[in-house]
Amino acid sequence: MSQWKFTSKEFAQTPEKFLSGHRACAGCGPAIALRLVMKAARGPIIATNSTGCMEVVSTIYPYTAWKIPWIHTAFETAAANAAGIESALKILRKKGRIKDEHVDVVAFAGDGGTFDIGFQGLSGAVERGHDFLYVLYDNEAYMNTGIQRSGGTPHGAWTTTSPAGKVIPGKAEYKKPIADIMVAHHMPYVATASISHWKDMVVKARKGMEVNGPAFMHAFAPCPRGWRSETAKSVEIARLAVETCVFPLWEAEYGEYKLSAPSKVIALKPERKKPVEVYLKTQGRFRHIFKPENRQVLEDIQKEVDRRWKKLLKDCEIA
Amino acid sequence: MAKVEQKIVPLNGDNAVAYAVKQCDVDVVAAYPITPQTIIVEKFSEYVADGEVDTNFVCVESEHSAMTCCITASATGARTFTATASAGLALMHEMLGVASGCRTPVVMSVVNRALSAPINIHCDHSDAMCERDIGWIQQYAENSQEAYDSIIQAFRIAENLDVTLPTMVGLDGFVLSHTLENVSVLPDEAVKNFVGTRQVPMVMNHQGKLVPFKLDPENPLTIGPLDLQDYYFEHKRQQEESMRKALDVIKQVHDEYAEQSGRSYGNGLVEAYRLDDAEIATICMGSTAGTVKTVVDELRENGVKAGLLRMRTFRPLPVEDIVSNLSGKKSVAVMDRACSFGGNGGPMFHEIRHTFYDVPERPKLVNYIYGLGGRDTPPYMIDGIYKELQKIAETGEIEKTVQFIGLRE
Repeated sequence: MSQWKFTSKEFAQTPEKFLSGHRACAGCGPAIALRLVMKAARGPIIATNSTGCMEVVSTIYPYTAWKIPWIHTAFETAAANAAGIESALKILRKKGRIKDEHVDVVAFAGDGGTFDIGFQGLSGAVERGHDFLYVLYDNEAYMNTGIQRSGGTPHGAWTTTSPAGKVIPGKAEYKKPIADIMVAHHMPYVATASISHWKDMVVKARKGMEVNGPAFMHAFAPCPRGWRSETAKSVEIARLAVETCVFPLWEAEYGEYKLSAPSKVIALKPERKKPVEVYLKTQGRFRHIFKPENRQVLEDIQKEVDRRWKKLLKDCEIA
Repeated sequence: MAKVEQKIVPLNGDNAVAYAVKQCDVDVVAAYPITPQTIIVEKFSEYVADGEVDTNFVCVESEHSAMTCCITASATGARTFTATASAGLALMHEMLGVASGCRTPVVMSVVNRALSAPINIHCDHSDAMCERDIGWIQQYAENSQEAYDSIIQAFRIAENLDVTLPTMVGLDGFVLSHTLENVSVLPDEAVKNFVGTRQVPMVMNHQGKLVPFKLDPENPLTIGPLDLQDYYFEHKRQQEESMRKALDVIKQVHDEYAEQSGRSYGNGLVEAYRLDDAEIATICMGSTAGTVKTVVDELRENGVKAGLLRMRTFRPLPVEDIVSNLSGKKSVAVMDRACSFGGNGGPMFHEIRHTFYDVPERPKLVNYIYGLGGRDTPPYMIDGIYKELQKIAETGEIEKTVQFIGLRE
């Protein structure tokens, strides 16, 4: 695995590939994730995007925020896009029609494009073993169309299609454990990452590019518009998600789970695990669950977070 | 260029397509099996397993991903091919528009099959007719020989720098796909030379520099961006312009191929059969033309001045050829192997009839919808159509403009 070592200064000086001037909202988590992942590039790289916020904000014709070759085709196609590019690069290189050098392929897709509409294509591409890094930037709803629930939206959250109504207090279902599902593909590399832990994220992105075969990164990326949170607090909120174990950081090589440092600290010192309220309170999308009549929702969220955390510790052979 | 030595190989339509693809030095094939196209995918897999092709074969999990892989592989500079039918083509629908809009010259064979429901695996043209406005060049083969010849030509047409549009070649499910035929095949080297290596057009990047239109780390391009009110329309207009240019390119490629193979199909766009002095005629596409030709021959023996115009190319629509071949005929029947539910006749009838609106010498035009779901189209049925045409020619009266034929009513 990666021997990549760098100082913060060196990292700051690496050339940008996802440039400023794009039209993402203030405090956009996904834009931070994209920039960090692209800065982890080790050489020539081609990127592809599913339809979604990041595609829309970065490429309004005739402008582009991409300093590298980039393609978008449709919503559910990020993985198949990458598969096609990788297949072409391989054969064209073999035939001597392009330069004889490795080119990394990175696919970006949101939670809608990954948990839901794009899942079939993702599963297929991983099963076929294409050599690419798939980055899921998870802002936990269909934000590009205006905050509709996805398979990645957490329990209790308000969205425009899981409204906090008089009878139903937000999304009834729990978040699909997408990264675990990807681990179940027995793929070379799966990692979770958060924009709050940038160094962890870029090292994992580099690893994902370095492995031979498919790699999957689940990047946690708050959306102030959709989460009804303060634009200045996106990184802080992402950090709280890690500290409450709502979004633990780990990686899995060929199915072998390993906790990453920020979550391992909590595993070793359980008193550091913060209650979910401190995270949920930062976001308007959970406001209704703090009403006395919705107390149960809050308790259920904590219970589920604890259950999943316990399972993760078991998977990581801790405790 | 002189005609080249060829060998005769017994091939069904699907195998003829696979054989052509094998010879065309395709870089990436991404495909998913569906009846009656499956033999193409199977045969091509064998070529790959036996090392007979230098192709990256991606056995995808759906037709949607098949088309997607072809699009991005093509955008990376590869020559790409896929094959499908019916539901598979319908599943691709979204991506077909992306292929034409992104100007990726993917070549696809569509083994024409009825659409569900009710589910039916046999031939009609409803699958491809649903895609007539999606920006693909569409050709239809009359027999397996033509399917073979058309696939080879399709790469040259699609990848022509003035065209750069995806191209589909239709062949009738089962009637052609599963029927053995003696097919003359060109030597590998001749096909390789004919198709050449994939070229990509040069385009201006966002810094005003001319770069190859592909995903190339040395000349980065953003392909498939968000394109709004200020530019989308122009891009669509360019697509239409390239479609128009394809008319000449199809003819040129067809003629060049005819020189080498000794086989021609009209002018590449339409094939006129005994039309010159004909008074009555039908128009059809695909394998039905073979049956129609037999009927025309019999009618001619009996002194009936019958003819046929076979549409080999449906998109772009060869308007001039349709008009020049059929103007002045007394009556013409358009045979549609698809139904435009709620429309005024079948999809081809719409096209042909409106083509003649401003033509003073326009024939009387009627429409027959036939053969849905693989319903047999025997010679006597076609003979019946010509009898109707004779009646219309004599009386000048049309009893019924649109009719369904060969079914219980």
